Order: sequence, then structure tokens, then C-alpha cells
Amino acid sequence: MSKTIVIDPVTRIEGHAKISVYLDDAGEVEDARFHVVEFRGFEKFCEGRPMWEMAGITARICGICPVSHLLASAKTGDKIQAVKIPIAGEKLRRMMNLAQITQSHALSFFHLSSPDFLLGWDSDPAKRNVFGLIAADPDLARSGIRLRQFGQKIIELLGAKKIHPSWAVPGGVRSPLSEESCTWIRDRLPESRQTIETALGLFKTLLDRFSTEVETFGKFPSLFMGLVGKDGLWEHYDGKIRFTDSDGNIVADNLSEDDYESYLGEAVEPWSYLKFPYYKPLGYPNGIYRVGPLARVNICSRMGTEAADRELLEFRDRAGGVATSSFYYHYARLIEILCAIEHIEQLVNDPDIVSPRTRATAGINNLEGVGVSEAPRGTLFHHYKVDENGLIKKVNLIIATGQNNLAMNKTVTQIAQHFIHNNEIQEGMLNRVEAGIRAFDPCLSCSTHAAGQMPLHIELIDAKGTVVNQVYRQ
Amino acid sequence: MDKIRLATVWLGGCSGCHMSFLDLDEWLIELAEKVDIVFSPVASDIKEYPENVDVCLVEGAVANEENMELLIEARKRTKFLISFGDCAVTANVPGMRNMLGKAETVLKRCYLELSDETRQLPHFPGIVPELLDRVRPVHEVVDVDLFMPGCPPSAQRILATVEPLLRGELPEMKGRPMIKFG
Repeated sequence: MSKTIVIDPVTRIEGHAKISVYLDDAGEVEDARFHVVEFRGFEKFCEGRPMWEMAGITARICGICPVSHLLASAKTGDKIQAVKIPIAGEKLRRMMNLAQITQSHALSFFHLSSPDFLLGWDSDPAKRNVFGLIAADPDLARSGIRLRQFGQKIIELLGAKKIHPSWAVPGGVRSPLSEESCTWIRDRLPESRQTIETALGLFKTLLDRFSTEVETFGKFPSLFMGLVGKDGLWEHYDGKIRFTDSDGNIVADNLSEDDYESYLGEAVEPWSYLKFPYYKPLGYPNGIYRVGPLARVNICSRMGTEAADRELLEFRDRAGGVATSSFYYHYARLIEILCAIEHIEQLVNDPDIVSPRTRATAGINNLEGVGVSEAPRGTLFHHYKVDENGLIKKVNLIIATGQNNLAMNKTVTQIAQHFIHNNEIQEGMLNRVEAGIRAFDPCLSCSTHAAGQMPLHIELIDAKGTVVNQVYRQ
Repeated sequence: MDKIRLATVWLGGCSGCHMSFLDLDEWLIELAEKVDIVFSPVASDIKEYPENVDVCLVEGAVANEENMELLIEARKRTKFLISFGDCAVTANVPGMRNMLGKAETVLKRCYLELSDETRQLPHFPGIVPELLDRVRPVHEVVDVDLFMPGCPPSAQRILATVEPLLRGELPEMKGRPMIKFG
């Protein structure tokens, strides 16, 4: 008699998520599915809006990474206006993206993942959150909170608001940094640098204890995709798309975002509101690829800054070359924070960052444009078609988290297969499934765990639909 | 004095209001001494929303069946419910699809017109909640004790609202710093 186990909810990514585990007649795991259960419809309701409003509207897709949408939208607008933005505009946009990478990754690591690492996967879920962390390791908690604040504050210094600033626009940005703001950033750099160095050291000492997690949290071959800069350098704002495989071979390189439809397809499954992007040449579902910190660190030749490059060498040494375990997302995230802080340090001392020439103005010169940006969670595409007046006719958005959909499903299946046998749900499975998904840091999971616990409810349902067993975790 | 039992709930929104709550930064460490966070954020299993919640912040608009069920449950078990942020207060961006008529319009665009493989509308009873045809602000569904607008409300505004409540007093929601939208 086959059974289904439903875990509801697991974590949130743009809304609720659930997991179902399908068992075969022998009680072994046949398949597991990660369901996303919210949908808002941006691609349709933006029709008819002026293109210039798109940054403000699409920022509201996500409160964790609104800057990604601001930038992708502004870059789409640059193309529709057919302008090359002033160098100061580009450097300021980069600064804001680096600040966002810092705050978003800090939230992921300190507020919600470090309780797992430090308090234990099987510790009391009522305490396994940022408040439990405050009680257990107040210094680490405070430093993590302040590191996120560093990123959020830079966003606010640039755009006047920490969340949903109206600042990046087609043609550039609205305003430069003031000298006072630069001083604040410079003053706070040493502490931020110290915090991330400490966190990296801590994580590396813990890594040896996590060999089971490294092996079971989504360790499988896949393609990796992201932007790279000149000579394959780590890139977060511009550059070209690169695909590599798990052996480190470059599968496709120098791809333009303009042609994304030729290499990216999206499939639909009836059981999730999140579509399933795949690499077109391999078809669906074989075209599984991963994006985000792990992908960016795997595909690049170098990070391009001194300390982050040292860390990258060690990372590759520990992973044995290309990191195929999704657990290494955490490690990659820390290296990216370090790299972001080093870049912020360079930019804050660059005279262009206070230049008033931040914006090019133009009208509607192209009726179509594609903008791309590396969001904290991976590559983000905005594609608009407009009429002569710049009113939106069509929108397509490919969101970072969505591109990990196939990989997240595979991860959940792998963890379930490790922890469920003979119809028995082993103690610790619930936490592991959550943590496996959390390694990907899907949008909105952050807050789920940042303040409080996440209750879980698993049902074992037999083929007739009768609940034969259930487990609650309060 | 017993700790205040605080919950935060999240319906159809972007999590920006929850992120702004986290922008309270080091004040969170003080907050941890004053409140028990008994539920945050939403679980779609409504049986999990605890009894006897003193204060609940509700982010987001009511956009699907599960949002609706959870909100009604939260209202029953909460003494003081705050409509938290512009989506909760006005339906804001999630409500932009209301002018297009039924939910099917937005679903068709995403899943039938902007997909390459296995084109279909997601439909999986019991797993994928059905969208409501009309997205509603929180107060259209349940009684609201206090409105806190903002997209998102700044951390300062959240602090100025929540702190008096922790002392058993009502905050004064007046003037630009407290009630400006956007």
C-alpha cells in the first residue's frame, strides 16, 4: 500500500511551501515534492503601467532582495532607452547590490542558519531561532545583527530607505553618496570585516562535524549558472552568462541575457505555483541547474579580491574541486559577504561614488529590453515589451529562487530517502528537511526562522486518503 | 509581569514588513526580554496558531483560501490585531490584479503563455491553495484594532507602535512619521 506524507508548511519562498513524500509499497521513498503555494501575478497586472514604475512595483515582489528587482528593472529600462549609463551610476548601483548581498546573506547565515549549526539540528525548535541564538551566543548574534545592519544602512544611505528605496532608475540612479555617508561606511568597515572573518573561521571548524549533512543535503551533479566578468571573474551586476558542469567544464559561455529564451525554458507542474526553469539544450527535467552563491563561486575563475580569493582556494580544496553539495551554499555565502565587503571598501574610496553625474536621460528608443542582475539567491531576468509611450505591453520575470526549483526538489527527495525507511519517519528528519531547503535560502524563508519557530505537521496518508499517522512538531 | 505573547502573521505580501521588523536590529535583543514570540510567521496549518495571543502583526493582503482561513483563526485567538503595512491596510500591490477580473487572467499569463513545457494551470486540491478572485485588505475580512501603514513601515514606526503596547498603552497613530503610506 503506497502512502503519501505531507509536511505542511516547510518554509516559505514567496509564500508558503509544503513538502509531500511519496512512499512505495515497501515503505521506501519513491519521490518527494517541494510545493510553493503562493502566486501574485506580476507578469499580468503590470501591463499598461509606465515602464518607469516597474522598478517600484517589482521591488514589491520581495522584501528581502528588493534591490535585485530595482536593478534588473532599471537595467531593462537602460536598454529600452538605449542609453549607456554614466560610470558613477554604475558604481553606485554596484555599491547598493553589494550592500544587499551583505545584508541578505548575513540574515541567512546568522539569523536563521547559525542556530542549526550552533544549537544543533535536533535542539528545541522553540529556541532554534535568532532569539535562541541571542540567549546561547549573544556576541555572535549581536555581530550578525550588526553586519546585516551594515548592509541595510548602506542601502538607506544611497536610496533613503532600507527596504523598497526609489533610487535606481532607467538611465542610472537618482543620487550619489554624500561625504558623510562615505565616512559612516568607512568607520564601520573594520567591524564588518572582523565579523565575517570570525564567521568563516567558525563555519570551517564546524564543517568537519557536518559530514552527514554535506553528503545528504542535496549532493548531486548539476549544471551551475551565473554571471561572470572579464576573464571569468566573480560578478554580481553585469557580465555574461556562463554554464558549467559538476566537473568544472564550461558548457556554455559568453551568453547574453538578450537571448535567454534560447537557453532557458520554464516548465509547469500542477502541484506548485513555482515554475521549473531548465537548461533548454538538455530539455526538461534533465536540464537541472543551480544558481546563487554556490553556482557563482563554482563558475568563476577567481573572486577578484585578495581575502576572498584566499578563501576560494581553501573552499575548492575542501570541496575537492567543484562543490556539488548544496550544504556548501552556506560556505559560499560567507565568501561572498567577504568579497562584497572588500569591494565596498574599494568603491567607498572611489571619487566617482560622490559624483553628481549619475543619470542619463532619454526617451523610448527600443520597444523591448532584457535586464539581468545577480540577486543574492541567483540570476534574475526582467524582460519588458513596451509601446511608443513606454507603457508596458508584456512582462516576463525569471526569479532566482525559481531556478533552483528542480534542485530543491531533488534535495528534499535525497534527504527523505536518507531519513525515511519502512514507513518510519526517523527523529530529526523534519529539521533536516527544513535545513536542507534552508541551505538554498529561498526567498522569505529568512523571516520564517528569524523570529520564532516553524511548526510542522506531517501526515501519513494511505492510498484511500485516510490519515493513518501524524506527527506534529510544536 | 508575564511576558507579552506576540505573533506575526504573513499573508499575500513580499515579507518587507517582516524584514523591517528585523531592522529593529539590536533592539531585538531587548525585545527578547519583554515578549514571547509565539508564532512567526505564518504556518498554513491553522491548528498551529496558538491560543491567547496578546498582539499579532498581520502582514499582507488576503489573496488565497489559506490566507483567509489563517486570518480568521488568528483573529479568534488574538486580543489585539494590527493591520501591518500597506498590503494589509489597502491590498496594495497584490490587489493590482483585482482590476483584471477573475484570478484566472493572471494565472493564464504565467502558466499557459509564459511557459515552454507541460503548460497547465497549477491545480492540486489540498496542496496548492486556490486564489481568491478578489484580493482583500485585512479589515474586509476581520475586525482590526490598529492600522500601521507603510511600504514597509520603517523600523522606527514599528518601534513607536509596539513599545506602548508592551506597556499596556495605545500608541498615537498620528502625523507623517506614523501613518504615511508608501
